[in-house]
Amino acid sequence: MENLERIITDHPFVKGLPPEHIRLIVGCAANVVCKEGEFLFREGEPADKFYLIRQGRLMIESHIPHRGAISIQTLGEGDLVGWSWLLPPYRFHFDARICETTRLIGFDGKCLREKFDKDPVLGYEIMKKFASVMADCLDATRLQMLEVYGDH
Amino acid sequence: MATTKTKAAAEHTCTCDAMAVRPYRIQRVLTETYDTFSVELTPEDPHAGFHFLPGQFNMLYVYGVGEVPISISGDPAKPKTLVHTTRAVGTVTKRMQKLKTGDAVGVRGPYGTAWPVAEGVGKDVVVVCGGIGLAPLRPVIYHLLNNRAQYGKVVLLYGARTPMDILYWKMLEKWRSRFDIEVHITVDRGAGDWMGNVGVVTNLIPKAPFDPVNTVAMVCGPEIMMRFTALALAKRGVQDEQIYVSMERNMKCGIGLCGHCQMGPLFVCKDGPVFRLDLIKPLFTKREI
Repeated sequence: MENLERIITDHPFVKGLPPEHIRLIVGCAANVVCKEGEFLFREGEPADKFYLIRQGRLMIESHIPHRGAISIQTLGEGDLVGWSWLLPPYRFHFDARICETTRLIGFDGKCLREKFDKDPVLGYEIMKKFASVMADCLDATRLQMLEVYGDH
Repeated sequence: MATTKTKAAAEHTCTCDAMAVRPYRIQRVLTETYDTFSVELTPEDPHAGFHFLPGQFNMLYVYGVGEVPISISGDPAKPKTLVHTTRAVGTVTKRMQKLKTGDAVGVRGPYGTAWPVAEGVGKDVVVVCGGIGLAPLRPVIYHLLNNRAQYGKVVLLYGARTPMDILYWKMLEKWRSRFDIEVHITVDRGAGDWMGNVGVVTNLIPKAPFDPVNTVAMVCGPEIMMRFTALALAKRGVQDEQIYVSMERNMKCGIGLCGHCQMGPLFVCKDGPVFRLDLIKPLFTKREI
């Protein structure tokens, strides 16, 4: 557990989080290793986890009939993947396909939600971090939609 | 308003008749992507030629058709051969794409301000470009690699629409194989067997290996991409004074006389195209301009 705590502390997502909060969330965490071609999760599956990527690379995809899998975003070392665990109905909206052997830290969503209910300060701090990641992602998606390179 | 024009650039621009068209011949026309191409030009008079600085542009005249401003995309250390990369979109560039080896082209230039390669000495240099915006920045990469010991980390972040739109593919592969430059490429839309990054170029900035305090950033691409890039760089701690952008407007005369490229109090052809961000930021988001 001590080792996992150190690994989590080193991840950019938890940067700035006080040690007592890190100790609280470590209880909900576990190491995960996925191999190339595997799916970390698939669209429609229960979203009971989120992950911090330690090493490797994965692709967020959506499957479109007659077109196959469409790549939306690559995530790698230092990134966070999955926020569907935060809001009902707690289902993943996209596929996460592993591009190369990837090491992650998986967090149990239900376990975390219970801790947040007991310690709203911890919940608020984590939510602020998620909001920042989600805002960056929204900006990037909007820019992606603009097809900016089309007329340059 | 202060500009980034260096003394050397000014000398280059003033040592010749600014409006004189010099005869050049097509050496090669290279297909870069399905809609972009490069022309390599050599002077008719083998003693003619001229030096240029990274970021400067020439007016290229396709005889009987018209003239277009195109950034120089070749190696500044090899000025005898002028290289220009452009997209075949208008009458002149579409005609230019069909030119053959030995065909004549008129050249006026070089015009405009240069990328601040001297300011980057002793610092990290991060080059962020999107789409065909890599072309005006390629001379910078050549310069940095030709003078590699003078710089800290050199990072190239390049975004394209799809894998089919990636410019200078072979050259990027060559640069990626070097240990003294970090090259990261991403596409907005992955397709086919593309195994690389998918996402906008700004996604690459948070993890790019450079020291934000001791960095010069050079950015070229569509204006909206440059705005978002500036925001992402600011989030990393890079100040506006450390960021340079290249603006594109409808340049005609190349010397600030005709007014076609006017942007508020500035003429992009003469005061730009390379501007320091803090000097141009107020105009950056002005819709009337």
